[in-house]
Amino acid sequence: MELDNTDNGRFPGEIYSDDAGNANFMVTSVDKLANWARSNSLWPLTFGTSCCAIEMMSTASAKYDWSRFGFEVARATPRQADLIIVAGTICNKMAPVLKRLYDQMPEPKYVIAMGACSISGGPFHYNSYSVVRGVDKLIPVDVYIPGCPPRPEALLQGMITLQEKIKKSRAYVIDTKKETGNE
Amino acid sequence: MNKQELKEYLAKTFPTTTIEENTDFVVMRINKDELLAIASQLKQNKETLFDFLFCQTAVDYQPELEVVYMLRSTTFQHEVELKVTLTERDNANVDSVTSVWKAAEFFECEIFDLFGIKFNGHATLRRLFMPEDWPGFPLRKDYQDENVITR
Repeated sequence: MELDNTDNGRFPGEIYSDDAGNANFMVTSVDKLANWARSNSLWPLTFGTSCCAIEMMSTASAKYDWSRFGFEVARATPRQADLIIVAGTICNKMAPVLKRLYDQMPEPKYVIAMGACSISGGPFHYNSYSVVRGVDKLIPVDVYIPGCPPRPEALLQGMITLQEKIKKSRAYVIDTKKETGNE
Repeated sequence: MNKQELKEYLAKTFPTTTIEENTDFVVMRINKDELLAIASQLKQNKETLFDFLFCQTAVDYQPELEVVYMLRSTTFQHEVELKVTLTERDNANVDSVTSVWKAAEFFECEIFDLFGIKFNGHATLRRLFMPEDWPGFPLRKDYQDENVITR
């Protein structure tokens, strides 16, 4: 997918100023304004279960610095987070914990499945008695990032893709209730 | 003691065991019944002082199971491996070494959990990782589970 980043972060609408140069009113839509604000201040949950978490930490720290794209601060509680990046293998014993974390996050909430394990079970898809084959069996996933583990650039690409998705959605109408898995 | 000295010493001191050698360790094959006596002797003997059980695990060689003990002396820095072969697959059991090395408590729980080997004399033998009511022992080679996709 070609990313359209040309207006990334820019205000979605027109700002009018009077003769003195003061900005007095603006024309935009509520959806666009809300999506603009939301997508540029996503707070990820600090959640990592294996090697993908190492890449995620790298993405958060100085060299790649996801703050540049609006993922300013990783929160240690789901009650303050908008985004959960499932970074690592989810085993059957971890599944109820992940579900609970997701349920505790306030709406609107988004999920990124990072790496092969969280997409399909990855290397543990076959011959494993303990691994969940994809987190989409538990919670609804917005963006999948392939890799084992994905490089920080891939994670950033996935996160920017999520921002694009948010910008194209409707901010205050929940069209269909998000379906969660049965497990 | 270096590897060669240790090998000769163990062969002399424990004539009922078979002494072998692999890339890393001197290996002692022990009969199931002698395990506990030899273990405490290895720990207390002033020549060996194997006071540190740094790994305990099991292997499924189908049909027999094997329990492996890896020992180290923090005084002499020498290492040895003990191996006990269990032939009764359905009722695999061996004496617990928790009375000799306290570290064995969790190792033995884990082995019981995943291989189904019972350790006689272990005070709190229980499943460590799997749910209490889990059927079967996942690390046995013949383990079957309807949720496992075999390839």
